[in-house]
Amino acid sequence: MIRVVLPAHLRTLAHTEGEVKLEVEGPATLRSVLDSLEATYPMLQGTLRDHVTQQRRPYVRFFACEQDLSHEPPDAPLPDAVASGAEPFLIVGAIAGG
Amino acid sequence: MSKARVLVGTRKGAFVLTSDGKRERWDISGPHFAGWEIYHVKGSPADPNRLYASQSSGWFGQLIQRSNDGGKTWEPVGNKFAYDGVPGTHQWYDGTPHPWEFKRVWHLEPSLTDPDTVYAGVEDAGLFRTTDGGQIWQELSGLRGHGSGPRWQPGAGGLCLHTIILDPSNPGRIFIAISAAGAFRTDDAGKTWQPINRGLRSEHIPDPTAEVGHCVHRIAMHRSRPGVLFMQKHWDVMRSDDAGDSWHEVSGNLPTDFGFPIDVHAHEPNTIYVVPIKSDSEHFPLEGKLRVYRSRTGGNEWEALTKGLPQNNCYVNVLRDAMAVDSLDKCGVYFGTTGGQVYASADAGDNWAPIVRDLPPVLSVEVQTLP
Repeated sequence: MIRVVLPAHLRTLAHTEGEVKLEVEGPATLRSVLDSLEATYPMLQGTLRDHVTQQRRPYVRFFACEQDLSHEPPDAPLPDAVASGAEPFLIVGAIAGG
Repeated sequence: MSKARVLVGTRKGAFVLTSDGKRERWDISGPHFAGWEIYHVKGSPADPNRLYASQSSGWFGQLIQRSNDGGKTWEPVGNKFAYDGVPGTHQWYDGTPHPWEFKRVWHLEPSLTDPDTVYAGVEDAGLFRTTDGGQIWQELSGLRGHGSGPRWQPGAGGLCLHTIILDPSNPGRIFIAISAAGAFRTDDAGKTWQPINRGLRSEHIPDPTAEVGHCVHRIAMHRSRPGVLFMQKHWDVMRSDDAGDSWHEVSGNLPTDFGFPIDVHAHEPNTIYVVPIKSDSEHFPLEGKLRVYRSRTGGNEWEALTKGLPQNNCYVNVLRDAMAVDSLDKCGVYFGTTGGQVYASADAGDNWAPIVRDLPPVLSVEVQTLP
């Protein structure tokens, strides 16, 4: 079970509160977590990564275990603590704009 | 008794303003989609309870929201706007080639007859259509593939397709406008397009009478007279009497002919409205006086409408999609400002009053006349 913390606007969009809990098939990676998140909450498709290129949107970052995972390859394993659910996977919107 | 429902898109959410036919007391709901930019909200002429909203943010991209109950509740629908094929390049501000990149939906234009069919004008300029209520969007790529696309260049607000007008007398005819490419028309429901910019003159581009490259800010049409178009260009208010084949200037006695919105009275096809703005580098009213100008002669002869509008120290702008008219009797006229005011006139512009004063900057205003 993977724990995911969404930014506030996306929690509103997904009609969810607090952490999101996901089941991921196979190894926990950026791709598999985001695939599972979008499958569970289809309204989030396109909000974190581009529909076509699958590139992370520039003002979205991924953190866990005090590490910036934003630039990790999409199929690289996430930390064990994320895969086990001990630590949450944090999706963060940049602090910018007005 | 008839009602008016005003749909307001702002930098930080959408608002729905409703009133009875007197249009004196207003109920205000919102913000819907709080914190998001709402470029446009528009209702279906075929089903007034079906609304579509363009919701976007610099963080999370584009969403489209749909309501089936007049804006009380909403559901997100499809948000995949993928250009057809390899999109190629347009010009960047410095004239170098720049790849076509989807940024946002500026304008949603529901079909006149089918609530599930909607056209979307997007940045970078392209026209998309859904026929299933917004789930799937497909590009009408004949526009971008017209041949002039590589020469299109963005205006200061981006390379945006901001105006979509459906001809009520001819289902195959659509007019669109792009900043800063110009106006285009299709007569075969979007398969092929032609630029319709003859007669426009833009001194700030290398060839002032070029086929494309004009910064058209807005086009308006009266449904009873679809061959007559009115245009607020970057500078110049223009008119066409032949469906865009040629244009002539009707700025007449306007104190400045720069501006963004233009609209037509619901019952008088020769009565038009603009909001003159000082200049392209000073986006506010002349002399700090917010004045709507009305022509009852289809242009050239204009009168200032000021009653109820601030006549000193007013330095707001009125954006291109932020003016609308209702079809009550007398015709209501509405506009929103970058200062967050939405003004309404229930008598065709003679008298004005704010419906609200302190919204976020207003991006768009539409109005529905309800039974």
